[in-house]
Amino acid sequence: MSDHEYTPKSKFGKWFNDRLPLLTLANHLTDYPTPKNLNYWWTFGGILTFCLITQIVTGLVLAMHYIAHADMAFDSVEHIMRDVNYGWLIRYIHANGASMFFLAVYIHIFRSLFYGSYKAPREIIWIIGIIIYLLMMAAAFLGYVLPWGQMSFWGATVITNLFSAIPLVGEGIVTWLWGGYSVDNPTLTRFFTLHYLIPFLILGLVVLHIWALHVPGNNNPVGIDIKKPSKDTVPFHPYIVIKDGFALLMFMIVFAFFVFYTPNILGHADNYIEANPLVTPAHIVPEWYLLPFYAILRSVPDKLLGVVAMLSAILILAALPWLDTSKIRSAVFRPLYRQFYWILVADVLILGYVGAMPAEGLYLLVARVATAYYFLHFLVILPVLGWKEKTLPIPLSITEPILGGSPNLATAKNKESLNK
Amino acid sequence: MKNFIKIFSFIILFSGLSLSTQAAEKVEYLKTDWSFKGLFGKFDRAALQRGYQVYTEVCSSCHSMKYLSYRNLAEKGGPEFSIEQAKAIAASFEVKDGPNSDGDMFTRPGRLSDKFVMPYDNVQAAQAANGGAYPPDMSVLVKARGGGVDYIYSLLQGYEDPPAGVTLDDGVYYNKYMYGNKIKMANQLSDGLVEYSDGTIASVEQMSKDVTTFLMWSAEPHLESRHQMGFKAIVYLIILTILVYFSMKRIWSRIETEV
Repeated sequence: MSDHEYTPKSKFGKWFNDRLPLLTLANHLTDYPTPKNLNYWWTFGGILTFCLITQIVTGLVLAMHYIAHADMAFDSVEHIMRDVNYGWLIRYIHANGASMFFLAVYIHIFRSLFYGSYKAPREIIWIIGIIIYLLMMAAAFLGYVLPWGQMSFWGATVITNLFSAIPLVGEGIVTWLWGGYSVDNPTLTRFFTLHYLIPFLILGLVVLHIWALHVPGNNNPVGIDIKKPSKDTVPFHPYIVIKDGFALLMFMIVFAFFVFYTPNILGHADNYIEANPLVTPAHIVPEWYLLPFYAILRSVPDKLLGVVAMLSAILILAALPWLDTSKIRSAVFRPLYRQFYWILVADVLILGYVGAMPAEGLYLLVARVATAYYFLHFLVILPVLGWKEKTLPIPLSITEPILGGSPNLATAKNKESLNK
Repeated sequence: MKNFIKIFSFIILFSGLSLSTQAAEKVEYLKTDWSFKGLFGKFDRAALQRGYQVYTEVCSSCHSMKYLSYRNLAEKGGPEFSIEQAKAIAASFEVKDGPNSDGDMFTRPGRLSDKFVMPYDNVQAAQAANGGAYPPDMSVLVKARGGGVDYIYSLLQGYEDPPAGVTLDDGVYYNKYMYGNKIKMANQLSDGLVEYSDGTIASVEQMSKDVTTFLMWSAEPHLESRHQMGFKAIVYLIILTILVYFSMKRIWSRIETEV
């Protein structure tokens, strides 16, 4: 936090700020001291905020034209695509926006994993982030059901049926979720309601996420604590604002390419067939961003254990700050962790790939090995690595990273004082 | 900047991967040049008009197009029939309307605002008339099939005699591009089946291409404006990005750090 007292210049500003310190908040946000060595992996926080706002704004417009009824949903989506002015644009931005949102959030999460941003004192930021991620998955799944195509219907059937794995009350819960004895109109209307609600929950959590971030301040590629404000930091505005803006524009170019030139490539063709409870599609696959977890679910032969494995795969992330025992944050100074990090990235990509393939033969075997490795990484490799790994010497400040070349803290400090 | 290039290439790679996984599932379809592909892709107006003719004279006896209205035929970016032509087309169909003030249903000639007339009253009637198979609505058909236009184009030309050992039930036909190779629609196209008013030879290949183009338009009626707007949007974004890049350089030069 920037701790200095802020006094508005104008008389009215002062009067207002004494009653509601919005100007103090604005001043805090512009002055917010940010490490000056943040690289472009750090721009995805801003990009994600943009994604959320885009989804909410386009979603509001879509909701004005969409009809949440089993007999009319598919037609109303086609009505949006054909007869609503620029409806096609709004819908394609919303549909591809979901994919872009997940692309950005995966980069954001893996940036955090690489630079150890989840470690003390940033555990709360991380855990709020995991909750946001869970809500994003829920919102994306619910949203995919709304067009009421074949994949919507059968995806909803498969996912809601997962709850039936819960012992004793499972079947009851599924009936309760459906609002009937199969996925039908009551399911669609409640999914629409929840799909409308969740983005605003996410918005609230994003505020908490940023608030929690502004207490300790940003982590940075070197991963050391820095004094704030100091010569290691720059004010958020204009330095970070313009850099985030630049990265956001590059991101928007990719986004625009999808929207305008291949708007349906990330979706499944079957979702342009209206939902039909009597015809099951040959392969029921979720959207690409859920595929790794789908692979984990299917790699376990038992239904209940599969659901448990899938949920644990996400929830285990919440325990990450305590599973990773290393005191060093950034992978830059952790030669072994760096390698395991890239293996994990490959592992998740492999899980995503086999998630899209039929669960049989070699694919199933690969999925099982990859699932086992995923848990091995978090439960065994990370804790052990923290104790065993010989880390590289870390610098004392980010402006003079060479200084810290000495593992001996005293020598390094001595050098620093000599430089002054 | 180096780091930035890394991220950007990662995103491009991701996009490439997503495209290639889609491509991996494809069978080898027949290839043809589609005028609507690419950054500036537009529909071939004459092909759309011919395609509409094939649809009405051949497909429409079984396949509905419930999301299209006759007015669409005269709209920009479509077949672009003149308003008079579109009105005449609409008027050539009998549309059920009502109830009138006496409470009776009646038929009248179609208007521009009417939806395309459906060949069957309901799904059951369609199934009963087609040996239990429902001829799918064709409004969004090309988007509802994995191979898209190439698939439809190939399927129309993919009829052949079943290989030895494959026995077909009554009313089932062999098509090498159909999923499972068995299709309940008989081969519909034969050379010279329709007579094109613009003098184009109505070969099976030509008709397949025309009607598939028509189906692409019916599935994506705003494709042309999408491409045009997309090009403008991306050029705008690129210029803005360059400007912002130099502003960023300028701002960061105050503290002499590489961005």
